[in-house]
Amino acid sequence: MAVSHSVPSLPAETRSVRNPQLGPNGSLTHLLTLEGLPAEVIRHILDTAVPFTSISERDVKKVPLLRGTAVFNLFFENSTRTRTTFEIAAKRLSADVINLNIGASSTTKGETLLDTVDNLVAMNADMFVVRHSQAGAPHLIAAHLNRTGRNHVHVVNAGDGRHAHPTQGLLDLFTIRHYKRDFANLTVAIVGDVLHSRVARSLIHGLTTLSTPDLRVIGPQTLLPTAVQSLGVRVFHDMRAGLLGCDVIVMLRLQSERMRGALLPSAGEFFKHYGLTMEKLALAKSDAIVMHPGPMNRGVEIDSAVADGEHAVILPQVTFGIAVRMAVLSILAGN
Amino acid sequence: MQIEIRGGRLIDPGPGIDRLAGVYIRDGRIAGIDSPPSQWKADRVLDATGLVVAPGLVDLAVRLREPGLEYKATLESEMAAAVAGGVTSLACPPDTDPPLDEPGLVEMLKHRARLLNQAHVYPVGALTVGLAGETLTEMGELVDAGCVAFSQAEHPLLDTQVLYRAMQYAATFAHPVWLRPEDPHLARRGVAHDGEVATRLGLPAIPSAAETIALATILSLARETGARIHVCRLSTAQGVDMVRAAKKEGLPVTCDVAVHHLHLCDVDIGWFDTQCRLVPPLRGTRDRDALRAGLADGTIDLVCSDHTPVDDDGKQVPFGEAEAGATGLELLLPLVLSWAKRDRVPLITALSRVTADPARVLAMDVGHLRNGQPADLCLFAPDAPWRVEAKTLRSQGKNTPFLGHEVLGRVRYTLVSGQVVFEG
Repeated sequence: MAVSHSVPSLPAETRSVRNPQLGPNGSLTHLLTLEGLPAEVIRHILDTAVPFTSISERDVKKVPLLRGTAVFNLFFENSTRTRTTFEIAAKRLSADVINLNIGASSTTKGETLLDTVDNLVAMNADMFVVRHSQAGAPHLIAAHLNRTGRNHVHVVNAGDGRHAHPTQGLLDLFTIRHYKRDFANLTVAIVGDVLHSRVARSLIHGLTTLSTPDLRVIGPQTLLPTAVQSLGVRVFHDMRAGLLGCDVIVMLRLQSERMRGALLPSAGEFFKHYGLTMEKLALAKSDAIVMHPGPMNRGVEIDSAVADGEHAVILPQVTFGIAVRMAVLSILAGN
Repeated sequence: MQIEIRGGRLIDPGPGIDRLAGVYIRDGRIAGIDSPPSQWKADRVLDATGLVVAPGLVDLAVRLREPGLEYKATLESEMAAAVAGGVTSLACPPDTDPPLDEPGLVEMLKHRARLLNQAHVYPVGALTVGLAGETLTEMGELVDAGCVAFSQAEHPLLDTQVLYRAMQYAATFAHPVWLRPEDPHLARRGVAHDGEVATRLGLPAIPSAAETIALATILSLARETGARIHVCRLSTAQGVDMVRAAKKEGLPVTCDVAVHHLHLCDVDIGWFDTQCRLVPPLRGTRDRDALRAGLADGTIDLVCSDHTPVDDDGKQVPFGEAEAGATGLELLLPLVLSWAKRDRVPLITALSRVTADPARVLAMDVGHLRNGQPADLCLFAPDAPWRVEAKTLRSQGKNTPFLGHEVLGRVRYTLVSGQVVFEG
């Protein structure tokens, strides 16, 4: 706190000083961001996800861990992929899943976000999976639930504005650990539109928490946040220099509306400088893996030869994503 | 009615008075300092032992929310908050609904305020019709109706040509122009300072250059037109340097800072605390320190509350959708005192920044104590602690980043034109 000469004395719940995702004893009440999450909590989630990968390969892809639990997919912003994977994860845990697509704005129907939440809690929701275009919306909901004594209802952030996408971050960590075993000697490069990317922010926090020694972001100044170094990364504008010796390359999606305008002159020029080709990939380690949160823009951020090549682990990411989300839901439900 | 204020420490920053002295009030005016006037018999004695007796505070940015925004606050509630905070003169920006761009609206506001018999209200008129930045208002008429200056409030003036003409026109008639420097293009959709916090939280950001570019424009046009400019709500260290240089050069420019910006920075946003959604955005610690130093050395002439009552519906939303602003009338004095204490600014200098200095910018005969003057006074206990809570605030707006904090400095009596309008 910057105000050092007046005494902050209010319970933290009534202000937004403390991250509402951890309970008083340090247990996970909500999953809102990977920032500030202790390494042991992250490892616990990743470890829990391991056995879940095999459930998806069984004939009967179901375990009864969340039987009777009502999971509400509360999507204020369009999504097919993330919503579907959460739905599959919840259903494989035998939860009841209710999908609500509320549209772009919480105010279109005149009902406030918290009114919507209160109504759904009255319908005995146990868990909210929230996606919202505004950074901090899941925090607002979680803080509201905590403040009103309803912290038995859990919130999972499924992406809020540019801020965080913690389950994506976790599945990326899971993928990296799966292929590279450990984070202790890794060089990881995140390439492209970091500025608008909640995926990048979550992965950066996860990787720094797990002590990844060399973390790099690669992109033009227009697509990097002003103070990106403060997140603990090295900045490269030259992709070739940034890829040298990398173990892991994470390509970010470039939204089509940002391909041409004040941020970038054209998709073609972006690809020329920051698209991942076989030739650039050769600068990384020979066993480097290539990741992408999807959906991919072939020929914009990634060449098809790379996307379909032997270094790409983009489809395993999707599979692991379900296991990781199962782990998160079951941990929050108390299993 | 004759009132005697006995035993207090009289601080009048204008003439530089700081000593124990009695004050004698007759027929609403100061009739004597130190010694009573002839044939004195007090009807009421206010025991000011242990209290500071100062001119009533002058606050240059108070949103009373009338006309048009009464659901956020009413004139009654906010005028009560003003005197509870020791504020006896206040200027209100024109961003009401409709904006203060017609004499009738200004007269109505002044009339309504006068009926309440509390603080003196000085409306700031709209610089352009509807604050739309296209057509100049009838400034002469508005001055006759009671406007003391002209401003765009928080509405950007996109067209520099219009700004230039508005300043030329205002300069012709010596109307002061109050402007908040912010480049609307760089500030577009931004809700937080472009720094580490916005980077972490993924909040759309406003770079410091948004302020310095607009400030450079304003200062250049002031040089060109000779308009008397008051720069509102500085937020950056570079902005403070630019104003310092402009003053050194001799430009007729004054400026202010909002009291929140003396104490808070972007880090205080924490996890999306919408109480810290302010305009201009809270910036870095270095900016905050430069603002504190600038206020101490007089580069920044004065500090205002930038009082903006917002209801819960405006704050219980995601950060980027939250309505900007904080309630401030009742916190102005304690927050100024804590700045002074911490930075070792003499109390008399600190009080000057909320009395004599804003009065000078307002060009009104308030903010000081002199025989024959209307008796506008604030008597406060400088070290009395109190907790900022929704229920202790008289303003209808309970929105402040300081909720739950303990602050020092409690107003005991506020007098306007010799009437005790508040006792705490």
